[in-house]
Amino acid sequence: MSRIDYEKIAHSDEYKALKKERNSFILPITLFFVVATLLFPFLTGYTTFLNNIAFWNISWAWIYSLMLFIMVWTLVMLYMNKAKTFDKKAERIIEKYKGDTK
Amino acid sequence: MNATVVIMFIVFVSLTLVITYFASKRTQSTSDFYTAGGGLTGWQNGLAIAGDYLSAASFLGIAGAIALWGFDGFFYSIGYLTAYLVVLYIVAEPLRNLGKYTLADMIASRFELKKVRATAALSSITIVIFYMLAQLVGAGALIQLLFGIPYTVAVVLVGIMMTIYVLFGGMTATSWVQMVKAVLLMIGTIIISFLVLLHFNFSISEMFGSMQNIKAPELKGDFLNPGSQGKSPLDNISLIIALLFGTAGLPHILMRFFTVRDAKTARSSVMWATWIIGIFYILTIFLGFGAAALLTREEIIAANPAGNMAAPLLADRLGGDLLMSFVSAVAFATILAVVAGLVLTGASAFAHDIYGQVIKKGKITDKEQIFAAKMASLAVSIFSIVLALFAQNMNVAFLVSLAFCVAASANLPVIVYTIFWKRFNTQGAITGIVVGLVTSLVLVILSPNVMNPAGTGFINAEAIFPLANPAIISVPAGFIGAFVGTFFGKKESDEKFREVQVKSITGISTSDVTH
Repeated sequence: MSRIDYEKIAHSDEYKALKKERNSFILPITLFFVVATLLFPFLTGYTTFLNNIAFWNISWAWIYSLMLFIMVWTLVMLYMNKAKTFDKKAERIIEKYKGDTK
Repeated sequence: MNATVVIMFIVFVSLTLVITYFASKRTQSTSDFYTAGGGLTGWQNGLAIAGDYLSAASFLGIAGAIALWGFDGFFYSIGYLTAYLVVLYIVAEPLRNLGKYTLADMIASRFELKKVRATAALSSITIVIFYMLAQLVGAGALIQLLFGIPYTVAVVLVGIMMTIYVLFGGMTATSWVQMVKAVLLMIGTIIISFLVLLHFNFSISEMFGSMQNIKAPELKGDFLNPGSQGKSPLDNISLIIALLFGTAGLPHILMRFFTVRDAKTARSSVMWATWIIGIFYILTIFLGFGAAALLTREEIIAANPAGNMAAPLLADRLGGDLLMSFVSAVAFATILAVVAGLVLTGASAFAHDIYGQVIKKGKITDKEQIFAAKMASLAVSIFSIVLALFAQNMNVAFLVSLAFCVAASANLPVIVYTIFWKRFNTQGAITGIVVGLVTSLVLVILSPNVMNPAGTGFINAEAIFPLANPAIISVPAGFIGAFVGTFFGKKESDEKFREVQVKSITGISTSDVTH
């Protein structure tokens, strides 16, 4: 049975570039949303300034929550868009190396 | 129990049985049984993920908690939703590219040792049992409340329905029940929210304004601000950690990603799921505030001290018998959809991982596999029904957060290291899962859930560990355990890691080979 030569792909420039691009997209954003989410229980637990009213009788704690919801949807759509460019690059790699079996 | 409820109930049950009948014709192979043949589209799977995730606890529980506790009732929804970013950014695509039926498949794609697979299956089974027990006990109590039938009958009824779906219709029937449930749940929630908004003349300001003067002796803070339940900040932080990192390790949610064709579809199903789940959580605010405005606090607590009846009572107030019956049927559908998914996940860990791969070493025909899967489903169902019948009077609400905690502490560290860390090895994977699992379990046994001088736990004593959810300790413990374990094991080939990473990033597979 023929087997894909993963070593060859792993050491190719196009693959290394894709891996680097993926990681430099995913890791900072992951750090950002983890901090943004975990910051919230810290702020509600140890400070009270989020209890002030922002507008319409709504306090900042609710606004922060809503912002987190909007953050989720925005980052999901951002990922969907970015992933399309990753797909194209991955397809090119597959196309190029799928004949290289060992 | 009135006629409208009975009719709605029968319509729903018949509909799901028709689905199961058609699904059974399409369930021929093992892949059909576990993953609906991998043929779901993005929006279908997204709906099914939402159907699997939004349990009765989120529908009735969160609405009730908001009605009684205001902001604190809503608080955890944040963790439940942002968790899907972890699923999307870190887990979904590698999982789809590396696995076949289960989470253990993915980890075993790098470490072929049977011990790794068995350990991963063990943690999945633990999570499924906790989650299932919480769902079934909750379901029994809820159905008792909604339809007035005894607890034992309710549990057995739910048990029979879930067994039928899974046994005959496999993942196809389970997925469609989850999709139908998600649609019904959204319809019900949107109708009630609209009526609540109508009551407040479509003014958000008026709605929030009318919540400002809610006072009750048990409220330890402002209704509209954090702190009304008087929980310690560390407790809240710990629970948010469990929710944020736990979802990406829940085996029944991860299993849903094998029901789609490829990583692209897996990704778009997360997109659909986050829209549905997010909108749902926002609408629970209207449900909760509506109940707080239109019902008296005493009414809600008299029907159920945890507030679980707030949404059905509100539906009755706003739309009479018809809406109340609809909401009750939706709650019933919700319970069934979630438990059916759990049965299937438990069965896959037993039949595919432990029996098929560890005991039979993968040398098993398709026919034997599907038979084993059905037997395992039956066994998981019967076991959990019996367990639920014994647990009737126990307070099992904490089991769901414990399931999230084990998922975050035992599964997620190993998933992350498997994808990202070159040095990670067999020893590290096993140590990580065991440390995460054991730390979570031991700390929960020492926590106020189990040890409580007020007599609400199983042991009448002061809790040794003060937090209700141990994630703040156990998640780092899982990561550190896997890390330290790795350095006790011998170095493994980098080649295997590179192969796994190439597969995970590009999605290349043997089917791409041109000759």
